[in-house]
Amino acid sequence: MSNYLIFITTILAAGVASGTPVLFATIGELFAERAGVINLGVEGMMLMGAVTAFLVSHTLGDPWIALLVGMIVGGLMSLLHALASITLRADQVVSGLALTFVGAGLSSVIGWSLVDVRDAPRLPALDIPLLGQIPVLGQIFFQHNVIVYLGFIMVPIAWFIINRTRPGLNMRAVGEYPAAADSVGINVFRLRYLYVFVGGLLAGLAGASLSLAITPLWIDGLTAGQGWIALGLVIFAGWGPFRAAFGSYLFGAIRRLPLDLQGAPPLPLDAHLILQDPLLSYFANMLPYLFVILVLVIASGEALRKRLGAPAALGIPYIRGERGI
Amino acid sequence: MSAQSSIAERFPYRIRIQKRLDNPRWLSILSPVVLVIGALIVGGVLLSIVGVSPFVAYSRIFRAAFGTPAGWLRGELYPLSDTTIKATPLLLAGLSVALAFRMQLWNIGAEGQLLIGAWAATGVALKLLSPDTPAFIMIPAMMLAAFLAGGLYGAVPGALKAWLGVNLIITTLMLNYVAAFWNNFFIYGPWSLRGFGLTPKFPRTAWLPRLTEFADQFSILRGLTAHAGILIGLAAAFILWYVLRKSKFGYEIKVIGDNPEAARYAGMNIKRNILLVMLISGGLAGLAGMGEVSGVIHIFQERISPGYGFTAIIVAWLAKLNPWGVVLVAYLFGGLLVGGDEIQPFGIVSMLNGVILFVVVGGELLLRYRVRIERSESVTQSAAAGGGQ
Repeated sequence: MSNYLIFITTILAAGVASGTPVLFATIGELFAERAGVINLGVEGMMLMGAVTAFLVSHTLGDPWIALLVGMIVGGLMSLLHALASITLRADQVVSGLALTFVGAGLSSVIGWSLVDVRDAPRLPALDIPLLGQIPVLGQIFFQHNVIVYLGFIMVPIAWFIINRTRPGLNMRAVGEYPAAADSVGINVFRLRYLYVFVGGLLAGLAGASLSLAITPLWIDGLTAGQGWIALGLVIFAGWGPFRAAFGSYLFGAIRRLPLDLQGAPPLPLDAHLILQDPLLSYFANMLPYLFVILVLVIASGEALRKRLGAPAALGIPYIRGERGI
Repeated sequence: MSAQSSIAERFPYRIRIQKRLDNPRWLSILSPVVLVIGALIVGGVLLSIVGVSPFVAYSRIFRAAFGTPAGWLRGELYPLSDTTIKATPLLLAGLSVALAFRMQLWNIGAEGQLLIGAWAATGVALKLLSPDTPAFIMIPAMMLAAFLAGGLYGAVPGALKAWLGVNLIITTLMLNYVAAFWNNFFIYGPWSLRGFGLTPKFPRTAWLPRLTEFADQFSILRGLTAHAGILIGLAAAFILWYVLRKSKFGYEIKVIGDNPEAARYAGMNIKRNILLVMLISGGLAGLAGMGEVSGVIHIFQERISPGYGFTAIIVAWLAKLNPWGVVLVAYLFGGLLVGGDEIQPFGIVSMLNGVILFVVVGGELLLRYRVRIERSESVTQSAAAGGGQ
């Protein structure tokens, strides 16, 4: 019995760790979308954050400065999208896609010489005293890399900002009804720039946390679609931070499943041998992506029933005095 | 207030962005050219920042992609042939994306649909039909399988979008990854050649004809490996252009894309059209995948596409979703891919692609709006009384 408990604990703990980068990216995108701008460039910003952070850590030897640089690079990238979609009123879908292409290509150019680097300093691991000693729960939540705890802190803070503060209210107003927000003196353009930038910072943080802590290395296309998964999780989360956290950690657990299954204890009917069949791993690797499709289907059904939905002005450029919304 | 007026006095001009009422034809032709040049300049700056000389990179790319006039006179047509090979999947996948985007269906899944098309074509060539099946049955059967498989792979997210309102961008994107794992299962599993990451070679009857096979009649074609897939692509471009322009279906796509509310009031069946467009869109991408395995490598393996399905998005957008434009832009980007093989690091081409798309997207403002510098209000008010335009 305890074998199974250890196995499940391992899966869940790995899920919390490997879901952390996608959590940062999801929260970031959530801010941008709450302000009415959809940014499909998350994948590109994550890649750029990951590669620049890894480069800085490798050359300067300080993972904390590297983390900061990764964040800033993600933020700067997002300003390109902000310029195109907010000021130039370009199509947000295509502009975001362009950002992902730029990020994927540029990160590959920058990271060309980094693919064999294995000794870049990483962010430290930290077992929380006392809490980490709790059986099972301590292992799942409190024996991780420091970056994981930043995720724990960020979720309630994000919720509080969005739902309980004046800036959060202004942000939502800009995303739901920019013309009304404008009429009471809220600067729609400035706020949209701000929250797209916040989204970029957090996407950069997501990438940097991958290359400095969770995966710690650089390979081409390191994120493997996690930026896109963040975009799906925002919808699943109904634009709320707590559900975003749930979705991210669940995704993390599913993403790690093919690896974790290799350590599965003996199961009845020799099921563990089937689970460990190398050919099955191809299907196990599909699971995170199928999982996102599944949660999107569930979320859209729910949205139809409860009449919930995206911020009303999501994806629509605001043009002063030109139309109602 | 006083600060504002003093600035206005010293500098009595301001920039206004106005919506263009007319849409001059010279602008719609000129602007893509200007935008591509602008993108190359931006890309050049980025290249020099990362330590690559843009002039060397660009001239290498161009020479590898299109050759030189002196070379053509010597009968060296292989750069054009190589560019055609890369342009073929970009053309078919570009048409796939252009069709879907016309209806505001953001199908980002051409890559996955291409992979599944290649899988289905391989299944027909290696497993379903015997190797002695004549080519005139084999090739159409592979095309049909690739079209249907790619089409169904596009129709599933299409149906989810039409009936449940599920975000098409995310689902099609996720399915790209699923398709890659699906293919790898077959490549490393049941269809593998002794456990290596590739299948046995296709029978000759499953090969699309190549230029070099006509070298006995025309010696200049010797060694040129461009294959008949480009003809499939051109035929598809013609059919798509005709359907979009002349048929009721094409008209409905345009109306639904421009104004779904109006389309609904006009009694158009939007759900059915979403499904149909995604089916055809996926099918076209599937054909692109078939062309790669049947025209180029004649085996099925993991690396059949360096992201053709993603580049196709840029191709379609730059072509303004026009089928003949896609033909042209596909050749341009085919050349960029051929040239990109000549320069290191590999990511340069992908980066340039992104920059081009960015500049084009941002620059579309040039087309829809015009920037005017005019005198500030206090000055212009008197002028407006005289004659406002």
